[in-house]
Amino acid sequence: MARTLVTVPQGAKRGEIVEIRVLIAHPMETGFRAGPDGQRVPRDILRRFTCRLDGEVVFAAELFAAVSANPYLAFPLRVDRAGTLTFTWEGDGGFAQTETATLAVS
Amino acid sequence: MTRLAAARACAMAALVLAGAAAGTAPAGAQSPTSTRAAADARRSGFDDMSPQTQAMQRDDTQNPAMLFVADGEALWRRPAGGEGKSCAACHAEATTSMRGVAARYPAFDAPLARPVNLGERVNLCRTRQQRAEAWRAESPDLLALEAYVALQSRGQAITPPNDDRLTPFRARGAQRYRQRIGQLDLACAQCHDDHAGNRLGGSTIPQGHPTGYPIYRLEWQGLGSLQRRLRGCYTGVRAEAPPYGAIELVELELYLASRAAGMTVESPAVRP
Repeated sequence: MARTLVTVPQGAKRGEIVEIRVLIAHPMETGFRAGPDGQRVPRDILRRFTCRLDGEVVFAAELFAAVSANPYLAFPLRVDRAGTLTFTWEGDGGFAQTETATLAVS
Repeated sequence: MTRLAAARACAMAALVLAGAAAGTAPAGAQSPTSTRAAADARRSGFDDMSPQTQAMQRDDTQNPAMLFVADGEALWRRPAGGEGKSCAACHAEATTSMRGVAARYPAFDAPLARPVNLGERVNLCRTRQQRAEAWRAESPDLLALEAYVALQSRGQAITPPNDDRLTPFRARGAQRYRQRIGQLDLACAQCHDDHAGNRLGGSTIPQGHPTGYPIYRLEWQGLGSLQRRLRGCYTGVRAEAPPYGAIELVELELYLASRAAGMTVESPAVRP
């Protein structure tokens, strides 16, 4: 399990736009670099990030080799209703990780 | 007036201006070094970073080093070694027991009769108290625990211990700082004292104050210790880098800490 830091502002009013921030520990190995033995290090990157609110996709991003290690993503979200946010990262070698956070409305 | 003297005068004027600007900076312009006296010409590497990189360090939700800190906190509570004790079993909560600890390292270790840095102290605690295996230098676990301990000193002043046993080591570190080495025949002082603030390639040469270690360096794409940074400079001047844990590096760390005494700990910092 990779370490993640998920920041969801709490106490937003209905209709307010908040910034969701996610950070995940991942090497994002490009597949273009040679290791100490001169052999190419196999690519190991995150390919896709998806954020869902109660199952409905509210934000998604595709990631490529140029993205640096430990990718940080921040995106705005209009808070229309309370619910559970699910964050999913998918990557090479069958990497898949899901984190959840509660989105509250005041 | 010779050209050199004119350049010096200009540099002095610029310094005075910089001091004046620092004195009148608005309260909102937060810098970890803003509390320092305007007369202090020392600058943290933070001050020379781009606003984007500064924002990364200021905001813990953006700072990738906080991923390591979270790992370090888990390690703090995890029992290890033959004694089956965790760090917390002896030191309790790091937020109180480790407050200010990183600000005074390297410190003297009596059984070894030499100074040790924070990472070595962690490993000594592992081998002596926990009867666990020492972590390899620059291993993710060691850096994570170091980052967690260093975080507890954030905002405090660097306070090298007033310990006479450290004096000869510190003096050797100071001497080494000024000694020309490598195929490029350069001393640390030539870049970091004489040419700090000028540019080397695309980067501003920092004054070389170790205020934020372990740092998350964008160039490394990861967390690294001061010894890794020092070894990078050794390679940069094409000298043979001493191995991790070598007394030469610890002596340099000791001198750098005394040179930065009173500056604010930023750990875990972000650097370009």
